[in-house]
Amino acid sequence: MKRLLTVFMIGLGLVALAACAAPGPAAPPTAPATQAAAQPTAAATQAASGPIKIGIMAPQTGTLAASGKDMIDGWNLYWTQHGTKVAGRDVQILIEDDAGNPDTALTKARLLVEQRGVDMLVGNLAANTGLAVADYAKGNGIPYFLPIVSADDLTQRARIPNVVRLAGWTSSQTTHPMGEWAAKQGYKTAVTLAQDYAFGQESIGGFTQTFTENGGKVLAQLWNPIGTPDFSTYLAQIQSQNPDVVFVEETGADCGRFVKAWNDFGLKGKIVLLGNETLVDQSLLRGMGPEAEGIVSIGKFAEGRDAPETQSFVSDYDKAYKLLPSYYAVNMYTAAQLIAAAIEKAGGNVSDHAAFVKTVQSIEITNTPLGPIKTDSYGNPILNVYLRKVAKRPDGRLWNTVTFTWPSVSQFWTFDIASYLKQAVYSRDFQPGFNATDTLKK
Amino acid sequence: MSERWGKLILVLVLLALAVAIPYLTTSFYVNLFTEVLIFGLLAMSIDILAGYTGLTSMGHAGIFGVSAYVVGYTLTKTTLPLEFALSLGIVASILTAALFAIIAIRTTGVYFLMVTLAEGMIVWGIAYRWASVTGAENGIRGVPRPLFVHEYWQFFYLVLVVFVILSAILYRLVNSPFGLTLKGIRESESRMRTLGYNTALHKFIGFTMTGFFAGTAGALYALYNGFVSPSAVEFAKSAEEVLMVIVGGVGTLFGGVVGAAVIIFTRNIVSLYTSRWPTIMGLIFVVTILFARNGLLGAVRSLFERIVQARRGRIESTEEVVTEGTESIEKRGAATHLEN
Repeated sequence: MKRLLTVFMIGLGLVALAACAAPGPAAPPTAPATQAAAQPTAAATQAASGPIKIGIMAPQTGTLAASGKDMIDGWNLYWTQHGTKVAGRDVQILIEDDAGNPDTALTKARLLVEQRGVDMLVGNLAANTGLAVADYAKGNGIPYFLPIVSADDLTQRARIPNVVRLAGWTSSQTTHPMGEWAAKQGYKTAVTLAQDYAFGQESIGGFTQTFTENGGKVLAQLWNPIGTPDFSTYLAQIQSQNPDVVFVEETGADCGRFVKAWNDFGLKGKIVLLGNETLVDQSLLRGMGPEAEGIVSIGKFAEGRDAPETQSFVSDYDKAYKLLPSYYAVNMYTAAQLIAAAIEKAGGNVSDHAAFVKTVQSIEITNTPLGPIKTDSYGNPILNVYLRKVAKRPDGRLWNTVTFTWPSVSQFWTFDIASYLKQAVYSRDFQPGFNATDTLKK
Repeated sequence: MSERWGKLILVLVLLALAVAIPYLTTSFYVNLFTEVLIFGLLAMSIDILAGYTGLTSMGHAGIFGVSAYVVGYTLTKTTLPLEFALSLGIVASILTAALFAIIAIRTTGVYFLMVTLAEGMIVWGIAYRWASVTGAENGIRGVPRPLFVHEYWQFFYLVLVVFVILSAILYRLVNSPFGLTLKGIRESESRMRTLGYNTALHKFIGFTMTGFFAGTAGALYALYNGFVSPSAVEFAKSAEEVLMVIVGGVGTLFGGVVGAAVIIFTRNIVSLYTSRWPTIMGLIFVVTILFARNGLLGAVRSLFERIVQARRGRIESTEEVVTEGTESIEKRGAATHLEN
């Protein structure tokens, strides 16, 4: 036993010695970046060598796998259409599975950056995976583009300069116009129903604030846990409140169950139902029946939008994958479009991370499938928001058509940016106009 | 005697290899090894219960997570120093383990499994719902890593030192009279009770002690990842830890580290080549259960023993060697220890 102890002590000594020594041959990850920054003139020649590597992260296993597949399909469609050569350089795409789990996402981000040497990271779906990778990107300055992750604060109060939402959105970006629109339609009272987590709370917060500012009253806010098997108790509460309008946020399997229950309880046509983008996104609409027809929702993508750039994308996607595109697919496709344009503008030089992020933020494209798009100085897109209605296509499939368009909607809506940022981020306890005073009220 | 020397040399070689890792490979792999050591430590704490006491806990991610959350919260929301945050986290884990133990030790077998599973789920539920403290599903972000271990290789050495010290303690523990009592409980609790041992107290102390090791692993994890989210305390994590113990070898102590290495490297290396990596992982589990009942470390050990015995058999061909496996040798070792 004594001998064993001695061995452990020797071992500890060894470790201590090694820990005191210099970092060793494995250079710290910041080295390449500083090198590139030190020789800006050499960068151009250096840039010509080797491909531009883009690391994609999407859930390919776990509960989010189906949406993750849409993300990858949308991303790949752009590169099959346009080829993988931009500004004379090859673009190499490395796809990793984040399993919808923040720990895995972080490991995969490390893998892509430190082992595969990617020039930028794109993707992730769940907010918690995006936040985990954003913190990592904050530490080493790698450009990180988020087409799906919508956590408000990433481009608001907790901004990281090299983390930019491309073709993405904040949770409340589309619901601000929805609340104002609902109030202006003459609806006086509303009940909200949403999943009890950050995305749901931020979506509802946006609606509640603009609805109440324009004279509406929110009677009750209902929060259902993710994966609610039975909506009957919530529907009973809605019925007893008897509001003019119900605003609903759901994602995933909850959407189908909610829409079905809404129909089965005979509420369809009796109370006005308004949904957020994810409630009737194409990824779920595929699995819904006639009960979904006619649902009005708000979104930044409408696959039935009557514009040539949207329709050519929808038919190309349909040809390639035999499906209509979901917002996961279109966001990744548009992100690819923006990144390709940025690489072109930078002359193929992506080695200076900060400069490349700036270039990406300066890109403005008018003919994306989402409509015209540009990025604000906080790293969030300014894009069209559509009032959508589920309709049947001639081939029998359902899709979202446009009934009204708000052009160029910012994440700050029409609020004064400075005072909006002083307001807390929307949460269950901060729903201005419902359980908190609205300091932005004009 | 030669057996002991062999063990010493093995430990020294492994240590030298571990120390050399940052010099041999890139930051990504060093980080993976850090992860293996952290989760290996947690797996070893589970093995104290599963392998030595015969109680398989499905709630250890909860104990682990309590410490991770406490450390994360203390370091991000308060100005308390690092040492205090770490101690607070570990103490919180020990208390959680004690609480778990009070409820769970009255049961055995599958009931113990179910009770600890429920306990783990309670921690998950709190992590998920108590948004103002835990940040709900987004978790606690931006846990700062202290400056002296800021680089990945520095942090690796920190974890290695902690790992070596704690595994030495664990090794000493399972080979102590206390460890023997736990084994006795595993073999036959009623007999131990008849012999006058307070088995409930032993189980309680054993369970509570695992809180210290799981808690330390949790504290290191909070610093390693820089964030803590409900994914650290969910059921899948507890199950994965038990799988690590099974793959490495139940009741082999260091098998937990082997299992952690197998699972973490499968997940992160095999996934580079195929998105069907969960299938490969499943196959590894099935093969382990079918062909290496005692886990990978157990298989290696029994192979080694067979070789030794074959050699011994050749020398003393007249003498019949009773093959009782690891158990008899361990008992002999423990017996000599008791004489000391």
